[in-house]
Amino acid sequence: MTGGWDEIYRENILDHYKHPRHHGTLANPDITYEDANPLCGDHLRMDLKVKDGKVDQVAFSGHGCSISQASASMLCERIEGQPIEAIKQLSRDDVLEMLGIELGPVRLKCALLALKTLKAGVWGITQWPGEDESA
Amino acid sequence: MPRVIGGAPETGQAPARPAPAPRPAFDPARVRADFPILRATNPKPLIYLDSAATSQKPDAVIEAMRDYYASYNANIHRGIYRIAEQATAAYEDARLRLSRFIGAGSPREVVFTRNSTEALNLIAYSWGRSNLKSGDALLLTEMEHHSNLVPWQILAAERGIELRFIPMTAGGELDLEALPGLLRDGKVRLASVVHISNVLGTVNPIAAIAAQVHAAGALLVVDASQSVPHCPVDVRALQCDFLACTSHKMLGPTGIGALWGRGVLLEAMPPFLGGGEMIREVHLTHSEWNELPWKFEAGTMPIAEAVGLRAAVAYLEALGMDAVFDHDRALATYAMERLAEVPDLRLIGPPAGRRGGVVAFTLGTIHAHDVATVLDSDGIAVRAGHHCAMPLHQKLGIHATVRASFHAYSLPSDVDALVAGLHKARKVFA
Repeated sequence: MTGGWDEIYRENILDHYKHPRHHGTLANPDITYEDANPLCGDHLRMDLKVKDGKVDQVAFSGHGCSISQASASMLCERIEGQPIEAIKQLSRDDVLEMLGIELGPVRLKCALLALKTLKAGVWGITQWPGEDESA
Repeated sequence: MPRVIGGAPETGQAPARPAPAPRPAFDPARVRADFPILRATNPKPLIYLDSAATSQKPDAVIEAMRDYYASYNANIHRGIYRIAEQATAAYEDARLRLSRFIGAGSPREVVFTRNSTEALNLIAYSWGRSNLKSGDALLLTEMEHHSNLVPWQILAAERGIELRFIPMTAGGELDLEALPGLLRDGKVRLASVVHISNVLGTVNPIAAIAAQVHAAGALLVVDASQSVPHCPVDVRALQCDFLACTSHKMLGPTGIGALWGRGVLLEAMPPFLGGGEMIREVHLTHSEWNELPWKFEAGTMPIAEAVGLRAAVAYLEALGMDAVFDHDRALATYAMERLAEVPDLRLIGPPAGRRGGVVAFTLGTIHAHDVATVLDSDGIAVRAGHHCAMPLHQKLGIHATVRASFHAYSLPSDVDALVAGLHKARKVFA
C-alpha cells in the first residue's frame, strides 16, 4: 500500500465522497453504461445526455468505496460540457492527476472504474484501445 | 477419542490411540515468536488479521524448505541416487503425516494437489464426468466459497445437471430443515459442503449432513480449507467421502493442497491430469494408470512445498489442534465483545461459541475497502470485499464486509488494535 490514510483520503476526495456531484440517474439518457469491479463488488452506472457532440448532462449511480465514488463524482464534473471526442481520449493518468493521490494496484481498480464505465459508454463498446493499460 | 468438530456424537468408546505425551500449555505469545514476519518491526509491526486468506509461516516451515533446496533437492520417484531417495522419502512422509493428521485410513487415499480448489475440481472432473448424467442433481449450500461453486457449475452446464442449494439463514447457519426435501426425489448424487465458512466462521454439522446424504444414496464432499488448519479433523468421524484441504492456510507453503477420498472411490476414478508419474505403462496410443495415489499426481509435484507442509503438520500437532481451536474461538468471542462497542458496527454470522476464529462485519455505510485502507495505515491487515463468496453476501443483502480472522499466533492485543482502528475509520468518514 502507499502512505497513510491521511494521504489517500485527502480533503477533496472525502468531500466528493460525502457530497457527490452529479449523483443520480438521467431520464432517457443518450448514453448509458454499467460496469462492476468483480474484486470488491463496486458497481457503477453512468448516464449522459449529448447535445452537439458535447456532454449536456451527466449523472452517476451505484455503490462502492470512497475512491470509486469520489472518482466518479470528479469525472462527471470534469466532463460536463466536454466534446465526446475528447472524453474518448481520457486516460488513466488524467484520472490519477484529478485524484491527486498514489494508489496501490487494488485501489487503482476502484479509482479507474468510473473511467472504464464512461469510456465503454462513449465508445459504445466494452473494450477499447489501451484498455489493458487503464484497467 | 479426539474431539471432533462437526463430527459424530461421542460414543464413549475407549480411545483407539495411545494417550498423547503431555505438552506445554498453549501460549500464543510464544507461538508468535516462531513467526519471522510477526517478529519484524520495520516499517512497523504487522498486525495480521487475515489468516482465513492465508496463514503466516513459522521458522520451522521456512527452514525445512530451505534445507530441502540446500541439501537434498532432487526429483522424486525417479533417481537412484542418495538425495533422490531422500527427497522421495520426505515427500511420501509428508503424505503419511497429513493422512494421519486428518484421520485417513491410509496415505494412499491422500492425493496431493495444488490447493483445495484443485482438489474440488479433481472430483468434479474425474468422478463427476464418469458418474453423472443429465437429470442428476448436485447439492451445494448458499454459503460456499467460489471454489466449491464454480467447478460444479461448469460440470452442471456441460452435463445438464441440476444444482440445488441448502439455504442459509439470516443468522448465517445452514437451514437443515430443508435438507430432507432437497434429497427426497433421489436425484442428488453428490453433495459438497463447506466445513467452516470462510466468511462467517460457521461450523457446519458435517456428520449430521452425511447421514442424510448417504441415506439418499449420494456422496458427501467436505471443503475443509478452513477447518483442517484450525481444529481437529477426522475424516472417519465426519463420515464424508471426499475432503479437500490446502497447505497455505495451515501454516504451510502455497502451491500444495490435498484431496482425501475413500480408497474404493479413488480406485474407480479415471485420472484428472495426464503426464509422467501417473502412469504404469505408456504406449504410443494408450497407457495404463499408476496405482493410488500417484494416478492423480501427473508431472513433477511441488516437492519443497510437501516438505514445508510436513513441517507445518508437525508444528500444528505439537501445538495441539484442540488448543488451537479453543484459542481461535476464545479470540473470536473476545473480538465480538469488543466490536460490539463500536457504534454502527454490525456483526455478520452466528453468535460466539458457534463459530471458528472468523469475524466479519460492516461499519455503518463506510465501504469495507475504506475501512481496510484506514486500518492498513496502522499496519493492520484485514480482508475487505466479498471474500470469494458473492452468493453469500447477496443472500445477506450486503455488498462487502470487513473480515478479521485469527490463527494460533493471534493475540487479544491484535483485536484491541483493530477496535482502535475502527474508531479512527469512523472519524475519517464521519
